[in-house]
Amino acid sequence: MLIGQVVGSVVATQKDEKLAERKLLLVQVHDLNNKPKDQYVVAVDSVGAGPHDMVLYATGSSARQTDITDGRPCDAVVMAVVDSWDLGGENVYEKWS
Amino acid sequence: MFLADVVGTVVTPVQIPELDGEILLILRPVLPDGTPTSKTRIAVDRAQAGVGDRVIVLDEGNGGRQIVGNPRAAIKTVVVGVVDYIEQGDKLTYDHRTAPTPSPLD
Amino acid sequence: MYLARVLGRVVASHIYPGLDNVNLQWIQPLDERGQDQGDALVACAAISSGPGDFVTFVDGREGAMALPETFVPVDAAIIGFIEEATVLGQVIDREPYISAARGAN
Repeated sequence: MLIGQVVGSVVATQKDEKLAERKLLLVQVHDLNNKPKDQYVVAVDSVGAGPHDMVLYATGSSARQTDITDGRPCDAVVMAVVDSWDLGGENVYEKWS
Repeated sequence: MFLADVVGTVVTPVQIPELDGEILLILRPVLPDGTPTSKTRIAVDRAQAGVGDRVIVLDEGNGGRQIVGNPRAAIKTVVVGVVDYIEQGDKLTYDHRTAPTPSPLD
Repeated sequence: MYLARVLGRVVASHIYPGLDNVNLQWIQPLDERGQDQGDALVACAAISSGPGDFVTFVDGREGAMALPETFVPVDAAIIGFIEEATVLGQVIDREPYISAARGAN
């Protein structure tokens, strides 16, 4: 999994019918020091993440292992909202600070 | 499947139960001429391979689970054969009997 | 499967059902010399590993299969704690990982 920030949502009226009613989030990937990368992912939301949330997303066939993406054309899914992380005993990100 | 040189072993006293009793090898994926190609991998040994052998590696979950005989095992990379020799056209590019031991990376 | 060292912990209380009690950790994949190889990623811990540990991990759908609940969106899981890794007769030195994980403390 990788961590990214939800920077928006993607709306597409014309899409595969199996993707109907699936919320698509635009996620900007961050590195382990919380620095934004020049890399974006469109992911289906499975946890109810919102704008500016730091989220974890899974890719590949693992992304289809949720009730809402099972058997659907999806290769990235937001599977957690991150509260915090630390590296080498030092806090890098804290949601509620 | 791809070719790799066995360069090492790991000892994992704490691991998922499916790996108990399996030997894990450190692999250096290589081209037929021995040039390293991609990322270092860890694999379950199912061919009695050892350090210095060139091996055939399966890196796919379904096949790996079939080999270890457990449809629920979280195992992906398995050494499935030890290479005797590699022929390319009429040229012998690798021969197990004369191949030198892999040298450490710079 | 690959070698990695554990860098740190990730806390996510709002997570896909079935992953509530699974530890999330930042890991850095390593090559046969014990040097960093590629970018760090977040993996679920199927064993009780922690920062500074030298581990093996599996990527792809097999990551989910290492966990108590297997139908979960997980693409990387730590599956073994390495006590010792030997490459061409040399033991990979773990001390740098342990001191890096100790960090400022």
